[in-house]
Amino acid sequence: MTVISTKRIGVLALAAAVLAGACSSAATPAPTTAPSAAASGVASAAPGASVPLPPSANVTLTGTGATFPVPLYDVWNDAFNFKYKTVQVDYKGIGSGGGIKAITEQTVDYGASDAALTEAAIAALPAGSKVLHIPTVLGAVVVIYNVAGLDLNLDGTTVANIFLGKITKWNDPAIVALNSGATLPDLAIKVVHRSDGSGTTNAFTTYLDTVSPDWKSQVGKGTDVKWPTGIGAAGNDGVAGGVKGDANKGAIGYVELNYATTAKLTSAKIKNAAGKFVAGSTAGVTAAAEGAVASFPADFRQAPIINGAGDATYPVAAYTYLLVYQAQKDANKAQALVAYIYWGLTDGQTTTGGLGYARLPEPIRVKALQQLHLITVNGTAVWP
Amino acid sequence: MTAFSPSRLARRGSGSRLPDRLFRGSSRVLAWALVVSLIGLGAMLLVNGWGAFATFGPAFVIGTDWDPVKNIYGALPFIVGTLLSSAIALVIAAPIGLLTAIFLAELAPRRVAIPLTFTIELLAAIPSVVFGLWGVFVLSPFLQSTIEAWAVDTLGWIPIFAGPPFGVGLFAAGVILSIMILPTIVSIAREVIGSIPNSQREAMYALGATRWEVVTRAVLPAARSGIAGAIILGFGRALGETMAVTMVIGNAQSIPQSLFDQAQTIASQIATTFNEAQVGIQTSSLIALGLVLLVITLGLNVGARVLVGRTVTGAGGR
Repeated sequence: MTVISTKRIGVLALAAAVLAGACSSAATPAPTTAPSAAASGVASAAPGASVPLPPSANVTLTGTGATFPVPLYDVWNDAFNFKYKTVQVDYKGIGSGGGIKAITEQTVDYGASDAALTEAAIAALPAGSKVLHIPTVLGAVVVIYNVAGLDLNLDGTTVANIFLGKITKWNDPAIVALNSGATLPDLAIKVVHRSDGSGTTNAFTTYLDTVSPDWKSQVGKGTDVKWPTGIGAAGNDGVAGGVKGDANKGAIGYVELNYATTAKLTSAKIKNAAGKFVAGSTAGVTAAAEGAVASFPADFRQAPIINGAGDATYPVAAYTYLLVYQAQKDANKAQALVAYIYWGLTDGQTTTGGLGYARLPEPIRVKALQQLHLITVNGTAVWP
Repeated sequence: MTAFSPSRLARRGSGSRLPDRLFRGSSRVLAWALVVSLIGLGAMLLVNGWGAFATFGPAFVIGTDWDPVKNIYGALPFIVGTLLSSAIALVIAAPIGLLTAIFLAELAPRRVAIPLTFTIELLAAIPSVVFGLWGVFVLSPFLQSTIEAWAVDTLGWIPIFAGPPFGVGLFAAGVILSIMILPTIVSIAREVIGSIPNSQREAMYALGATRWEVVTRAVLPAARSGIAGAIILGFGRALGETMAVTMVIGNAQSIPQSLFDQAQTIASQIATTFNEAQVGIQTSSLIALGLVLLVITLGLNVGARVLVGRTVTGAGGR
């Protein structure tokens, strides 16, 4: 099963892998020195500034979790295997909750999640163990809609009221006020939301929870909430399918930015904290993350980045994480894992943009790299 | 001659030859393994879902809030959604299925009945995700622009026909399910009707009855409980159906107020949210939901088997 699917992905993505490899070597002519130069900017960065290499023995790493970064991790895994032949990385996107369960039950070498572990999830980990949160990229949530010829502007309160079922027509005064000059049809709004629990829903509802007191008191935030109105659809493609097309005129929904980018969906400009209407873009997301660097928590469990300061900031952004046990059991796997994550945080960052992911702000990337020094096997650091 | 006495044969078969003993032993183990796995399944659901029952008590079954944010779990919207969508399916499929079965068993010539039966049973072989895709791309837009639009315009003042019609919803789920359970109803009802002894029909014909009278007064009364069983088995199939329903029901976690409202079934709720469920009370509530569904379907199936069994043996004995 694993072998077949890996092969298939391998064949499909071979061109992409070669391309990614070429890109990364072009963009960073000396990949071995670039990261250490970056790291040296921070005093305690890297005692041994060398690049961690995978073991010479053949190793297969298995990971599972969030579906949001699957296209990125597929490219990463092929490009990494292309560079280091001994390591095969298999990633299955089953959802963030599934990734957290799998790493808790230790059925995989690493987990992945769009939302940081909650206190309850940390308490459920095996006694005495610690899971590191390593951010890899950022994503954003955009509001997609199906009204022909409309270039839509929305603000947080209006989005919340639409998803609360308080605004039911496209020509509602609240929408008209935000879109002066546009002709808004007398059309019912059909709300489409996720039916499955999702990191996307977590970021989106955290935003609504922050900007709308009504949303906060009536619904709240989380990977799955009690929706007051609308149709539930599974996955980004389910939501997109419920919004697109002639049968769905007047529909509104929310999807990941990278999904909207690849599927070429029309999304609304959202008013940010500085009062500017900003379209979802990787630059807007990185701007949001840079604005929030100062508040990045010591344990890396960053909540979605909501309503950040700055004119160019897109207001609904979130990190996605790899989840790795600090104390590893298998020396070869630990070595391969450190090499893989190091590669993702250095060369891998250059492959993010074209796929609709926002790269980490530099200070966070450096912090994330430092986390790798904490990984041990039998008490000895894998990459001292 | 004594060498061939049945008791002697039986004794040899059960005891003396190794291959026989191996075959007997292994098939016995496997047969029991099935029973044990059913009990194990129930026990697993009970143990892992106990947290939900212990926390919420009866409110788990009668509560109307399913709110992962506040960690309150009441399953009533899903129980109602499951029973309603299956009931709609039954209202559509039972008369069609019964008439089809009567046609196939009593009226159709063999050269028509055999290919037709085969085709209907082929419906059961279509993967449910294919039904779901068809539902999303063909059925629900069709219902939205025809039946639902008409019903909302003309009957919209009656609360159960209130709009707006979105296509996806309780009604679409019921229509999809009715197609999926037709083969079950038709094939069992056809078999039950076929098992009514010919002597019953011949007796009616001898009294000068017409074909209509034979079917309605001799065949159907004798097959009554078996037909009820076929319909209940179809209902059971509808209750547990997941994929096709998920794709067309609209996944709304509230009790539907109208035929065209979005709703959610137990199976669909488990399938869509289990992967992302938080460890703890949310997961255990979903497992408890599975137990509720198991109890409903098991009860129905046992009832249906009893009914079907009664006709087949009862009719033969008459």
